[in-house]
Amino acid sequence: MTRSFQFSSTVRLGIKSLMLHKLRSALTMLGIIFGVCSVIAMLAIGEGASYEAQEAIKRLGSNNILIRSLKPPEQARQQGGNNNRGMNLKYGITYEDGSRLQATIPGVTRVVPMRIIRENVRFNRNEVPCQVIGTLPCYSDVGGAALVRGRFICDLDELHQDNICVITTGLAGRLFPGADPLLHSIKIAAFYYRVVGIVQERSQPEQRAQAGRMEGQPIDNNVYIPLATSRTRFGEVLFRRSAGSFEAEEVQLHQVTVQMRDLTAVESADPQIRTLLNHFHDQNDYEVIVPLQLLRQAEQTKRIFNIVLGSIAAISLLVGGIGIMNIMLATVTERTREIGVRRALGAKRRDITRQFLVETVVLSVGGGLIGVLVGIATPILVSHLTDMKTIITVSSVLLAFGISGAVGIVFGLYPARAAARLDPIDALRHE
Amino acid sequence: MPPESAIIQIEGVQKRYVLGGEADVFALRGVNLQVNRGSYLAIMGPSGSGKSTMLNILGCLDRPTAGHYWLGGEDVSRMPDDQLSEARGLKIGFIFQSYNLIAQLTVLENIQVPLLYQGKDLRAYHDHCVELANLVGLGSRLSHRPNQLSGGQQQRVAVARSLVNDPLMILADEPTGNLDSRTGLEVLEMIDRLNAGGKTIVLVTHDERVAARAHRVIHMKDGVIDREIINRPPPR
Repeated sequence: MTRSFQFSSTVRLGIKSLMLHKLRSALTMLGIIFGVCSVIAMLAIGEGASYEAQEAIKRLGSNNILIRSLKPPEQARQQGGNNNRGMNLKYGITYEDGSRLQATIPGVTRVVPMRIIRENVRFNRNEVPCQVIGTLPCYSDVGGAALVRGRFICDLDELHQDNICVITTGLAGRLFPGADPLLHSIKIAAFYYRVVGIVQERSQPEQRAQAGRMEGQPIDNNVYIPLATSRTRFGEVLFRRSAGSFEAEEVQLHQVTVQMRDLTAVESADPQIRTLLNHFHDQNDYEVIVPLQLLRQAEQTKRIFNIVLGSIAAISLLVGGIGIMNIMLATVTERTREIGVRRALGAKRRDITRQFLVETVVLSVGGGLIGVLVGIATPILVSHLTDMKTIITVSSVLLAFGISGAVGIVFGLYPARAAARLDPIDALRHE
Repeated sequence: MPPESAIIQIEGVQKRYVLGGEADVFALRGVNLQVNRGSYLAIMGPSGSGKSTMLNILGCLDRPTAGHYWLGGEDVSRMPDDQLSEARGLKIGFIFQSYNLIAQLTVLENIQVPLLYQGKDLRAYHDHCVELANLVGLGSRLSHRPNQLSGGQQQRVAVARSLVNDPLMILADEPTGNLDSRTGLEVLEMIDRLNAGGKTIVLVTHDERVAARAHRVIHMKDGVIDREIINRPPPR
């Protein structure tokens, strides 16, 4: 009890001594405040950014491999002829590729092909530009969309090439304000399609930007129709009119989602898929996206990011610590007389060491506490003002606070020892 | 070994300062001194006489190069630093010329400082400290800071502080040096009263009139006790 009482009175004494020079103590603390604040704020912002990126990747499904058709680069196309205008440009993944993947790659559970056509969709006087996605019933199984009402495309639809469609909730709201979509049909190009279901997209519209290259993966304005219907109604050659010219493209499939059995299968299948496709494509008209790898890369990036941020913050804490040490050395010189008096009145060397160490730790921990508060407030403010997601982790707060305490001890030790080493006679005589 | 009645027993104490290259300087050249319980001793001497060194050794701030010093029957001349600190805190009450109160502490807290280093519970001694403040006439100024007090008041706080651990002796270094003669007299009368109450006093001074209050005055010169004057007999 006596010991703890003694400690608390030492702390109180330390605070009192620091309060004698309020401005000086406050300025000294400022270094630690900024250091701790920057550790917490930087880590929170970094964590938030990488969380969003990782979520976007995870939404693609870590068991999946995506293969996407790419328009080959201009130069490659021009090797075929001088002028491509009006010519039929043929590229991308074919139906055959899909069946080859299913047949040859071990560990494949599903291959989900997608044809994505941009077209305006109409209901009564409402017209909304959207993506018409021709796909198979198993699309909903690979993590694309969740059913809200009605049903998804089924095998019979595919077999009969029915004119039915499933629309997303966002589109339903825009096309059918005040009406039940399931009772109506929508018009895409020249044909009518009966709405049989409404699905909820997994990705939210505002996350599209973050996903970056993931565009083409469903957004909220989607219409799903059976793949066979898409082939017969739209044909294999797609026309795109632009000012003064038009382009015809023949793309069989825009995207294929290959679902693998497990994560190890994903790893081994990636090079196999590339080899297989490379064999049948003489131009670089597809890309293979492995969300698992992207995830790993994102994690790696995050780790590097954290190290960089951590070192910057550590340097600022170090500078803060040096500031504290400097002030404490000045304080020791200034209070030499007091040290002498205390020694004469019975203080041992370790009492003096403790006194000054406690003062330093009070400075740094006090600064640390304020820094934690400011550091928690900053990311909250940032996400309020800029829409940026921030995540304050408990570990970053503990880390920053712990470092500030350690800085106090490390940088306080030398001045405190210097104070304790003073000869009481010299110290008493000090003017 | 010193007799039972001796608070201070010094035998053949020398203090030599080693200066680089040159000959060593002897500040004390073999001093013998005995101070009995309840006596009042004044030490005088010109500067350079070894008076300050004597004070440092008596106050356990310094150790003699040779010889022995028993303080309250305990040989402190070879004690390690921590034990010396403890001896200072427990057995000696210091009064300095320039008061040496701690600026950031109140009157009461200043009186409590020696208790702090003996690991004592300040709450248990609160009444004791207030009593001491009353004794020196500062009971109404417990929460004042030293800079709110006059020199005489500050020195009275120092007197109260010197008493808080109930030391074997009070060691006063020119206690009136910074005071005008009237307030100086007040402090001296206070010291007289302490002595009358049984406290052993050792006082270092330049001032003949101050020294005249002691039972016994020793004059130092060139590191030895030059002469000794008995003003009046010490109490039996």
